[in-house]
Amino acid sequence: MLRSHRRLLCASAASLLVLGIAACGGTTKDNSSDSGTAAQAGASADPNAKLKEGLKIAYLPKQLNNPYSDVEVSGGKEAVGELKGEYKLVGPNDASASSQVSYINTLIQQQQDVIVIAANDPNAVCPSLNQARQAGINVVAFDSDAAKECRDVFINQATTQGIGESLVKMASEMAGGEGEIAILSATPNATNQNAWIEVMKTELAKPENAKLKLVKTVYGNDDDQKSFQEAQGLLQSYPNLKVIVSPTTVGIAAAARYVSGSNYKGKVGITGLGLPNQMREYVKDGTVKKFALWNPADIGYLAGYAGAALASGQITGKEGEKFTAGKLKDYTVGADGEIVLGPPTEFTAANIDQFNF
Amino acid sequence: MSELAGDTKRDLKRRLAGWDSIIILLTVAVLVVASLSISNFGTGRNFTFLVLDLMPIMLVALPMTFIIVTGEIDLSVASTLGLASSIMGYLWNQGLSIESIIPICIVAGALLGALNGFLVTGLGLPSLAVTIGTLALYRGLAFVVLGDSAVADFPFNYTGWVTGTLGGGVIPNVLILIVPLAVIFGVILHATPFGRSLYAIGANAQAAHFSGIRVARTKFWLYVVSGAVAGLVGVLWTLRYSSARADNGAGLELAVVAAVLLGGVSIFGGKGSLPGVLAGVVLLAALQNALRLQDVSGQALNIVTGALLVLSVLLPNIASSIRSNWQRRKLRRAAAV
Repeated sequence: MLRSHRRLLCASAASLLVLGIAACGGTTKDNSSDSGTAAQAGASADPNAKLKEGLKIAYLPKQLNNPYSDVEVSGGKEAVGELKGEYKLVGPNDASASSQVSYINTLIQQQQDVIVIAANDPNAVCPSLNQARQAGINVVAFDSDAAKECRDVFINQATTQGIGESLVKMASEMAGGEGEIAILSATPNATNQNAWIEVMKTELAKPENAKLKLVKTVYGNDDDQKSFQEAQGLLQSYPNLKVIVSPTTVGIAAAARYVSGSNYKGKVGITGLGLPNQMREYVKDGTVKKFALWNPADIGYLAGYAGAALASGQITGKEGEKFTAGKLKDYTVGADGEIVLGPPTEFTAANIDQFNF
Repeated sequence: MSELAGDTKRDLKRRLAGWDSIIILLTVAVLVVASLSISNFGTGRNFTFLVLDLMPIMLVALPMTFIIVTGEIDLSVASTLGLASSIMGYLWNQGLSIESIIPICIVAGALLGALNGFLVTGLGLPSLAVTIGTLALYRGLAFVVLGDSAVADFPFNYTGWVTGTLGGGVIPNVLILIVPLAVIFGVILHATPFGRSLYAIGANAQAAHFSGIRVARTKFWLYVVSGAVAGLVGVLWTLRYSSARADNGAGLELAVVAAVLLGGVSIFGGKGSLPGVLAGVVLLAALQNALRLQDVSGQALNIVTGALLVLSVLLPNIASSIRSNWQRRKLRRAAAV
C-alpha cells in the first residue's frame, strides 16, 4: 500500500512533466519569429471627418488612487465631456504587470469605443489589447507606452531625450556640478522610467558631467512607504550623496518628506518629476529648489481627443496625420504613432503657486 | 474495489452534506444570476477570460488543498511561481529551446518544494514559519536570477496557445491542462487509500503515524508536488502575459489559500473536499469578473472577497455551535425527566 503511494506520486509527477513538454521541435530565441501582431485596420485617414459624439472612452491608468494618474484622468474626463462622450475610469489597486489584463478584458466585453491605457508592462497587456483592437476598439497609450504593435497611438508627455536631459541638468545644478547622485525610480519595469534613466546615463557620460557620479538606482515601486525607505537607505549607504533624482511623483514626494524631516535637510538636494501640490511645502521649506513636470491633466485631455480622432477616422496612427485637440490646438502624429505633448515645465519657489494639480 | 467505491460514496456524501455543498450551490447561483442579469457575462469570450483569470489559482489550489487537509500550509507557492518565471526568462535569453525550458522550470519548482518539504518534515519545523521564510527567499532569488528586467520575446505559437481557444471557439486551451489535473487530484483525494490517509494525518498526525501511515514522507511529497505545480503555473503565467518577471504572481498565495478555505477546507486540517475548493475558486473569480463588468471598483472587490471569506469561516462555526447547544439542551431535558 505504501509502495502504491509512492508510485502514485511519481506517476503524477511524471505526468506533470509530460504535460509540460510540448511534442514539437526546439524553439529557441534565435529561431522563433514573433508573428503575434494584430492586423491593422487598413482604413485611410480623413482629416475632415466629423468627430463622433457619444463615444465610449475608458481610461485605464497604471493603478487607481495614485495622485498623478488622478490628475491625468481628470483631463481625460474634461475632454470626453467636451466630446459629448461617455467617460469611464477603471483600474487595478496595484501597479503589477498582469493586473491590467482582466480590466482590458472587461472593457472588451463592455464594447467600449476607445481604451486609453498607461501600461504597467509593455508586453503583458499586448495580447488582450490586440483582442480589443480586433473587436474594433481603438487603443491609445498614454504616460507609459504599450508595445508598438498593440496600440494605435501613444501620447508622449515629452520626448524621452528632453526629460532625461532636464533631469540631469537639474541634478547638476543642485549638486553644483560635481559629486555623487542617485536615482529613486518607480517599478523596475516602468517603460518611461527606464527610458529616462537610459538617457540620463548617456548624458552623465558626457565630458561636461564627468564630475557627477551616479552611484545607484533604487526602486520604490511607486509605493510611498517603500520609496521613503529606499530614500533613507540611500542616504545611509552613501553619506556623501549630494542629490537624489526621482523621476516619479510618488518617489520625489517620499524622498522630500524624508529629507525635510531629517538632518540631511539643506545638505542633500532632491529633484526630479513631481506634482506641484504634493511638493509645495518642500519647495517652501527649502528642501527642494527645483523640479519639473508637464501638466498631467493635458496628457489625459490630449489622449481623449486622440482617441476620438481615431474612432472618428480623422487619424489612423500613421506618421504625418494631423488632428485638433480642443484647447490644446493642433497636433501631428510622429514616427511609430507617437504624439508629443510638449516641453516640461520647471517649478521653483517663484512660480509654484501658479499651479494647482 | 466495490467496497472502496461504497466507502468513497459514503465519504463524499458526508463531506458534501456540509459547507462544500453550500458553496457549490452558491457558485452555481452566482453564475446563473450573473449570466441572466449582466449582459456581457454569459458570452463565450467572457468564459475564456474567466478561465484564464482563474487558471493560476485553480492549479495551485489543487496541491494546496492536499497540504491544508494534512494540517500544514505552503505560502511559498507564489514566490516559486515567480522564480520559475525568472528562470524561464533567464534560460530563454541564454538561447535554450522553450521545449527544454518548460520541464526545467517544473523540476526547479519541484526542487524548491522539496526544500520546503525537507524543512517541514526532516527538521520538524512548523510549515507556516518555513514557507513564510521561503516565500521571501524564493522571491529574492527570483530577482537575483532575472534582476529588474522583463523578458518578453517568447514564441507566439506558445503564448498564443495559452491565451487561445480550441479551434478558435469558446473552450480555452488551458482547460486541457486544468481539467485532467483537477480530475487526477480529485480522484487521488477522494477515491484512494492515500487520499484517506491525508485526512487521517490532518485529523490526528500522531494517531495516523501509529496506525502505520508514513506521515513525514507523505507531507514531503505533497510539498514537492506543490512546488512542481507552482513551477508549471509560473510557465503558464509567463506565456499568458508574454512577460517573464521576477515579481510575477506576487500575492497569489493568499488568493489561493482564500479560495481553498472558502471551499470548505479547514485550516486545521482533516476536513474539506476538492469539489468544494474548485467551487471556491470559481466563485471568487466569477464574482470579481461580474462585479468588474458592473464597474465596481477594485477596492469594493476586495471588500466583497474579504467579507465572503470571513462569512465562510463564521457560518459553519455558528451552525455547529447551534447544533451542539441544541443537543446539550436535549440531553439536559432528558436528564431532568
